Amino acid sequence: MAVTDRATTRVAPRSGTIVEPAPVLAVPKPDTWFKRNESKVIGTISVTTFLVLWQSLGFVRAAWPQGIVLGGLKLAVPPTLFLPVPSEVILAFRDLVQGGELAQDVAVSLQEFAIGYVLAVVVGVLLGLGIGWYRRFSYAVDPFITFFYATPRIVLLPLLIIWFGIGIWSKIAVVFLGAFFAIVINTAAGVRNLDANLIKVARSFGATDLQLFRTIALPGSVPFVLTGLRLGIGHALVGVVVGELVAAQHGIGRLMAIAGSTFQSDKVFAGLIIIASAGMLTTLLLQRLERRYEAWRPRAN
Amino acid sequence: MGVKLEARGVTVHYRRRRSEDHFLAVDRADLEVGEGEFVCIVGPSGCGKTTFLNAVDGLLPLTGGSLVLDGRAITGPGPDRALVFQQPSLLPWRTVLGNVIYGVELRGAITGAEARERAQRHIELVGLKGFEDSFPSELSGGMQQRVNLARALTTDPEVLLLDEPFGALDAQTRETMQLELLRIWNQTRKTAIFITHDIVEAVYLADRVIVFTARPGRVKMSVPIGLPRPRDLRIKREPRFLEYELKIWESIREEVMRSNDMEERVA
Repeated sequence: MAVTDRATTRVAPRSGTIVEPAPVLAVPKPDTWFKRNESKVIGTISVTTFLVLWQSLGFVRAAWPQGIVLGGLKLAVPPTLFLPVPSEVILAFRDLVQGGELAQDVAVSLQEFAIGYVLAVVVGVLLGLGIGWYRRFSYAVDPFITFFYATPRIVLLPLLIIWFGIGIWSKIAVVFLGAFFAIVINTAAGVRNLDANLIKVARSFGATDLQLFRTIALPGSVPFVLTGLRLGIGHALVGVVVGELVAAQHGIGRLMAIAGSTFQSDKVFAGLIIIASAGMLTTLLLQRLERRYEAWRPRAN
Repeated sequence: MGVKLEARGVTVHYRRRRSEDHFLAVDRADLEVGEGEFVCIVGPSGCGKTTFLNAVDGLLPLTGGSLVLDGRAITGPGPDRALVFQQPSLLPWRTVLGNVIYGVELRGAITGAEARERAQRHIELVGLKGFEDSFPSELSGGMQQRVNLARALTTDPEVLLLDEPFGALDAQTRETMQLELLRIWNQTRKTAIFITHDIVEAVYLADRVIVFTARPGRVKMSVPIGLPRPRDLRIKREPRFLEYELKIWESIREEVMRSNDMEERVA
């Protein structure tokens, strides 16, 4: 009996009076393709717009080589000598590749960057761990680190060239010095700023100094080390280019210096793009690495 | 019931940061804890109860008196004790299993598959089966404290030291954890020293509640709790329970008043 009652009351609205279903509030819609790729889409549009505008300067220059006269004003696009447009930079790039010297320049710069940076990473991380771990050692070393970190290492170039010559070793030295301090300082900070609670846990469970270092200090400082590595890339690239600008036999910086002093702006731009790409690529690789090591990090919403 | 831990005139001075003076945190505390006994220490905040517990764990040196465990003086941390910390204090880069195994891993007494098997057993005991591969950042506060507890239990200590482990949890989670702790303790019956500022928690858990004086901490009163075990959460509403609660509350209140008076006189 009760069952039928319930059944009828349930059916009744459907056959008779109008009962609107309650409006369903705030059901999240699935993200559209645009929502998911918002940053990439907007970024691509803005970069493309910029390149198109830049390139169109070239068309304006071709159409009105003497400039546009508007009343008493004359507006002219600066000549290629000052401002090459993207298509001209691409042509310059092609010329460089065909000229055959680019490969060697890239190889030399890459060698300087790679050797200098890897040395800086190895020495910087090891020394940073030591400085962070042994307080007395840090007291002894800190004055030197502070002195050199506050000095732009580029000013050491004249000295480095005297010591190592104008070959790749003076550039390796300046790349090393550039990246080294960022890495040392961050690594040491990572070891110094360990969570006191975790140290207490380790001590309470009877950890030896070596165990404390291996299980707390080493993994705990990884985020700091990675930050140091990322900052180091920028300094290292500055070292490569400026080093070669000052004195070198080969390299991208050398190429840019020659192109610059002979008013070949398009080649300067080509060199600039190579350096920028190298920096972005290395940073990207490092970000991959960071993500792999930080699976445990709480994700920000 | 034999005596497990004996504290005689335990005195601990604390060196304050950025100043030369040492202040007295624990002053001649006397306490005996029996084998398999569950003791709760309560007292006004800042009374040195945590300091006392750290001294028992061997993390802080005594400046006077003696702490004797099973007839041997405590000189540092040892495998016969394990501390459950106030904060979960988990290694964020290790999974639940990695954290639970951490204590035995440092002790080095058992390794490999045996250690993993024991950690696994304690993960199940604290009700975290299925979360072995989760990172601490993926767990709630209550679950993190379960890991903290499992880490200590896995080392199979003779005395379990708990430093306000449920203090930071919300009221519901705290009650659940109290119930769980008693369930686990019933299975192992290890000697336990539990610090708390929550009188209800102390009466509910303990065989005996110790009231500390205001700083410097000293044992003021020892209240044996004659409530039958196993204890259901409903016991907290019974008149006998409330009597214990009131007695301890009055004793602590007296201390709080006294220390306020002292501070006013100083000021």
